[in-house]
Amino acid sequence: MAKAGRARGRNRKVLPGFNLTLGYTLLYLSLIVLVPLSALVLKTFGMSWAAFWDAVTSPRVLASYRLTFGASFLAAAINVVFGLLVAWVLVRYSFPGKKIVDALVDLPFALPTAVAGISLTALLAGNGWIGQYLEPLGIQLAFNPNGVVIALIFIGLPFVVRTVQPVLEDTERELEEAAMCLGATRWQTFSKVILPSILPALLTGFAMAFARAIGEYGSVIFIAGNMPMVSEITPLVIIGKLEQYDYAGATAVATVMLVMSFALLLVINALQAWQRKRAGGQ
Amino acid sequence: MNTIKTAVAVLALAASGFAAAQQSLLNVSYDVAREFYKDINAAFVPFYKKQTGKDVKIEQSHAGSSAQARAVADGLDADVVTMNTTTDIEFLAERGVVAKDWAKRFPDNAAPTTSTMLFLVREGNPKGIKDWDDLLRPDVKTIVVNPKTGGNGRYAYLAAWGYVKKKGGSDAQAQEFLSKMYKNVPVLARGGRDATSAFLQRNTGDVLITFESEVESVNREFGKGKVDVVYPSISIIAENPVAVVERTVAKKGTADLAKAYLDFLYTEEAQDIAAKHSIRPRNQKVLQKHAQTFKPIKLFTVQELFGSLSEAQKVHFNDGGQFDKIYTVR
Repeated sequence: MAKAGRARGRNRKVLPGFNLTLGYTLLYLSLIVLVPLSALVLKTFGMSWAAFWDAVTSPRVLASYRLTFGASFLAAAINVVFGLLVAWVLVRYSFPGKKIVDALVDLPFALPTAVAGISLTALLAGNGWIGQYLEPLGIQLAFNPNGVVIALIFIGLPFVVRTVQPVLEDTERELEEAAMCLGATRWQTFSKVILPSILPALLTGFAMAFARAIGEYGSVIFIAGNMPMVSEITPLVIIGKLEQYDYAGATAVATVMLVMSFALLLVINALQAWQRKRAGGQ
Repeated sequence: MNTIKTAVAVLALAASGFAAAQQSLLNVSYDVAREFYKDINAAFVPFYKKQTGKDVKIEQSHAGSSAQARAVADGLDADVVTMNTTTDIEFLAERGVVAKDWAKRFPDNAAPTTSTMLFLVREGNPKGIKDWDDLLRPDVKTIVVNPKTGGNGRYAYLAAWGYVKKKGGSDAQAQEFLSKMYKNVPVLARGGRDATSAFLQRNTGDVLITFESEVESVNREFGKGKVDVVYPSISIIAENPVAVVERTVAKKGTADLAKAYLDFLYTEEAQDIAAKHSIRPRNQKVLQKHAQTFKPIKLFTVQELFGSLSEAQKVHFNDGGQFDKIYTVR
């Protein structure tokens, strides 16, 4: 009985026609994502393999990959910790002005990133509100790699908060209470009960913040100082190549970034799948 | 009453439509020329009306010089291009978008105006900066545009290189001079405006190397007296070349208008407007009239020392060139 009911339930779809929807999905994805990206890859086909390799492995470009991927990873990791805290506070506590705080989280989504870059620079540069107190202490946040990380933290925050928040809302508080009643410490409750249930969401948030940061341009160029080998991000290298009308070189570097980001996203997706399976198996 | 007015207006419109379908012209130009061309357009429209009896509408588009050139190459329907580096127009000539001999179509290398690179220092020149040599001092921080991303930066680099060469130095000495100079650069700005705001809004650095024409906008934006202008002993002539976009004018039938517009830039009236924007006029009479703005300075051309800007681009700024060596060889 129960089995039959489930089978019927599975067949009843809200939108009809699997073939139609699949076809539409593939067509839409091709038009919006695959065609532009294949144009990118095709442009590099004009180059010989040696020229391609030279373009994507020159010391300046390598330094920019290190900065872009390193700073993006660091920023996403920091966002995981503090994004979780923000989401926790928003879900578990109520305080005056909570709606406003909740809306503020989305601001980095909506703001033109150049505006973010300009305001962060104004704040952190040697004569800025914050910078003027930090610089005498020898802490320089603007115009060096620190600035890049800060800008990337700013633009990545909403991704973590918005993916973790709904999951936290769904976790049952009874589970925590049960754990406490059974004598678990606060840390045990967090690490054994709460964390496993939100880990996939945290990883998703991390992946999204990370991917977003890799491609970020507007906010970073204002605060980075853009020194070759030190604080030059890969998107700026690409713009630099376009300025010398080196279309092929620019697309070559872009292709490398594309492949690397895609590989990283696949790894993170695999991690998530593994995590979900493990959680499901328990 | 109103209906009569409307009818008259409609008739007038129709009549003017018959007399001359209003032509429009798109001038695609570089970032910091926005205010200059706004004034030029305001002067050109009545000038053209008086000459030909036709009403025209001029539209302008501004962004980074090379980005604009790429947009035109990729299909932006500009009637004329007015840039700040010849390489940008050479690129369009290679693509067959402008005439191959564009530089000969108008006087003075098809560059009605020029500019040069000089130093802006903070009020009263506290560090006593006088010439290029001062930029090597360890206590002087220089703000300059990244030559990889801006024409402004390319000219600054070439001006410093030319300074060493003009004083009898070798290429090796010039290379060493520039390495030392760029060691004192805390921020490589992405473009001219970016550099100005790093220097003035963020208060970074002691000296800003920029176009002479940027002085005027600094005074306008930040108030007079914030900066002093320092004329180095030697600097470079930066030509601002112009060209008709043959592809567009052939399609739109605006060839005459485009030519008239660019010819207008050579008139005394337009040259005077340029001088008011601190852009050096080619017309010697107008230049003399504004001697207060354009202090005498020993200038050299790109052709004299580097062959051409394209040559300089290959040797110095392309990947693996001299500029990269400053940052990769430590």
